Amino acid sequence: MFLNYLFRELRHRHRQAVLTALGLALGICLVVTVSASAGGVRSAQNQVLHSLYGVGTDISVTQSAKSGSGGAQQFAMNPGSTKKQGQSFARDRVTSTMGLALLSTTKVTAVKSLSGVSSAVGGLTLSSMHVSGHFAKVSGSTSSSASKSTSAQPSTSSSGSATPSQSPIKISSFTIAGIDVSDQTIGPLSSTTLTSGRTFTSSETSAKVVVIDAAYAKQNSIVVGDTMKISGVSFKVIGIRKSATSSVDVYMPLLMAQTISGETGKVNEIYVKATSATQIATVKAEIKKTVSGATVTTAQDLANQVSGSLSSASKLSSSLGKWLEVAALISAVAVASLLTLSGVGRRVREFGTLKAIGWKSRRIVSQVLGEALIQGLAGGAIGVALGYAATRLIGAFSPSLQATVGASGLPTSRAGSFFGGAPGASSAGGGPGDALRGLSHTVTVYLHAPISVSLVAVAIALAVAGGLIAGGLGGWRAARLSPADALRRVD
Amino acid sequence: MLYELHGVSKRYAQSKKKVAALHDVDLSIDQGEFVAIQGSTGSGKTTLLQMLGALDRPTSGSVLFDGVDLAGMKESELTKLRGRAFGFIFQAFNLIPTLTAQENVETALVPLHLSAAERGAKAQAALAELGLAERGKHLPAELSGGEQQRVAIARALVRSPRVILADEPTGNLDERTRDEIIALLQGLWQSRGQTIIVVTHDTHVAAPASRRFLLDDGAVISADAAADRVVVESPQRD
Ligand SMILES: Nc1ncnc2c1ncn2[C@@H]1O[C@H](COP(=O)(O)OP(=O)(O)O)[C@@H](O)[C@H]1O
Ligand SMILES: [Mg+2]
Repeated sequence: MFLNYLFRELRHRHRQAVLTALGLALGICLVVTVSASAGGVRSAQNQVLHSLYGVGTDISVTQSAKSGSGGAQQFAMNPGSTKKQGQSFARDRVTSTMGLALLSTTKVTAVKSLSGVSSAVGGLTLSSMHVSGHFAKVSGSTSSSASKSTSAQPSTSSSGSATPSQSPIKISSFTIAGIDVSDQTIGPLSSTTLTSGRTFTSSETSAKVVVIDAAYAKQNSIVVGDTMKISGVSFKVIGIRKSATSSVDVYMPLLMAQTISGETGKVNEIYVKATSATQIATVKAEIKKTVSGATVTTAQDLANQVSGSLSSASKLSSSLGKWLEVAALISAVAVASLLTLSGVGRRVREFGTLKAIGWKSRRIVSQVLGEALIQGLAGGAIGVALGYAATRLIGAFSPSLQATVGASGLPTSRAGSFFGGAPGASSAGGGPGDALRGLSHTVTVYLHAPISVSLVAVAIALAVAGGLIAGGLGGWRAARLSPADALRRVD
Repeated sequence: MLYELHGVSKRYAQSKKKVAALHDVDLSIDQGEFVAIQGSTGSGKTTLLQMLGALDRPTSGSVLFDGVDLAGMKESELTKLRGRAFGFIFQAFNLIPTLTAQENVETALVPLHLSAAERGAKAQAALAELGLAERGKHLPAELSGGEQQRVAIARALVRSPRVILADEPTGNLDERTRDEIIALLQGLWQSRGQTIIVVTHDTHVAAPASRRFLLDDGAVISADAAADRVVVESPQRD
């Protein structure tokens, strides 16, 4: 009787029922879309932070290089003897990333022993530059064919006989991260995923093996099993890993990075994991005391530094989005309530008659609530379907969002950037510590609006709750109807 | 006595002025009687029927049903009593438009908490008794006025009520159908001694009654007694 009456009633006034359900559905659709987009923005933000930082890393410690140290890299380019003029040359130079001071590995141990620190590893980020070409010949003195080799170069000389000619020099540069193979859960490798081969084993502390970033591998046609010569040392490629930003091109064991750069016992970045999120602030203060002059950056600091369209989208979704959802829900419930109330208003005689016959108010209220519940469920289902369509649409367009970390306006003055178009240097080209060093760092992510099971559950629950609010109001109205009215109503 | 009414008054608070719908009514009705309550429009007939059917409580006075005063009962107790003791017949039939004839009859069995099968069987039997065996699956809109009122009577009868209370049961029907309904009520009274109280301003409907009351302005002004007496048509005002 209950269900029979319920569905007959809904079928009888299907226009109103559909309208009520659609009203709720539109509200739910908006909630689903906005929430999913906000979730997408959040995960984009996490993606950016993780790519800069490593998934497991809570705190990153660096120290700025003292002024006067570092500076432009030098290559010995003097042909030496005139015999070498015109002959080919190649130079390899691996140096610690500019702007970062070197820290002793004892600092890592010191940080590790601080209370509140779950683990800490040191990392050494290096820039490798490879320069090759032919030594210049001094025209006029030995050869006359020199002018031919300069044809590719814009010549500033007017005429003259003693202009040295230099054929184009090939320069390639890439970033190396020396990582602690004994704990790969934090540090730069933790933000990447393996696409082929394998990762380091914890015993490969001094093995001549490297893992290559997927983008760099593709650009240079490197596959697992290849051999790579860096600074005169041959490394075996054991794996390819994918990362969102490709800020590191080559990963190798820390000890090997220290060996090839000549920086034995040194690191330039410490990655720290706190025992719990609540410990981060205290740990940060402790580290500042332990490593004097260190730049200690937490994930939160980094998030606060993020600017660009991603952070605007994030602010928008957290402020406007919430209000939009609330407004949409309130209006959906208001529409559903008004429709339900007017529906009950048209059934005064019907409910009065049932009461006169001896139906309890509770029974009539549950009838009204049951109808509202079905409308709510239908509204929720339609709303989720519409929301799904909307998020699919967002996914199809997948608008790109830019996130810029660090002081804006500062030019990226890394050595590698001087040469532009260096292999492997993507739009995100920069070490994991770039943000911490006040260098601008832009990452592009694509917005996807994923719908989770819990979001669907919440949406349906909201629709049902909305339907029940409307039904509750209608039921309250129906409960107050006097059975005496049934006898009087003739219309 | 089935009913004993003592000094029953009902006043409605209509905005500021009070409307006295019933005035100090004394009345008693026995089991098995066929009572007609007559009177012009606005004389208080419906109000009186509401007191008798536990749909409303008097402002003052007592309405004893089976010796229990309805005036002192809680709303939930009145609801329970309505579900068991009374069968209502309305002028506008008051069938649930979305339910079939049989389902409409079954609504009267909901307060009795029967199984679905029992409900169905009882409803079918009641419809068959009123010559509507074939019409059980029809919606009210698919039935004629007379058929709808017969479904409503089946709904009133299905739980074998102590009293049938009818308010202008022929008010919406043409003459021929009216006579059918009159004959039907009369048959129920004669064949099974069903207590019937019918409110009407139509003398034809009141004619077969064993007793007739005339209400005027909320007061009983005449009650002619025995059924075997010559039926004198009451004066009509409307
Ligand atoms: N709910 C109400 N509120 C105010 N006045 C009412 C109400 N119901 C009935 N009345 C008044 O009470 C009087 C009797 O009405 P009613 O019992 O319906 O008369 P009848 O059924 O004989 O036509 C009328 O004057 C009517 O206007
Ligand atoms: Mg009336």
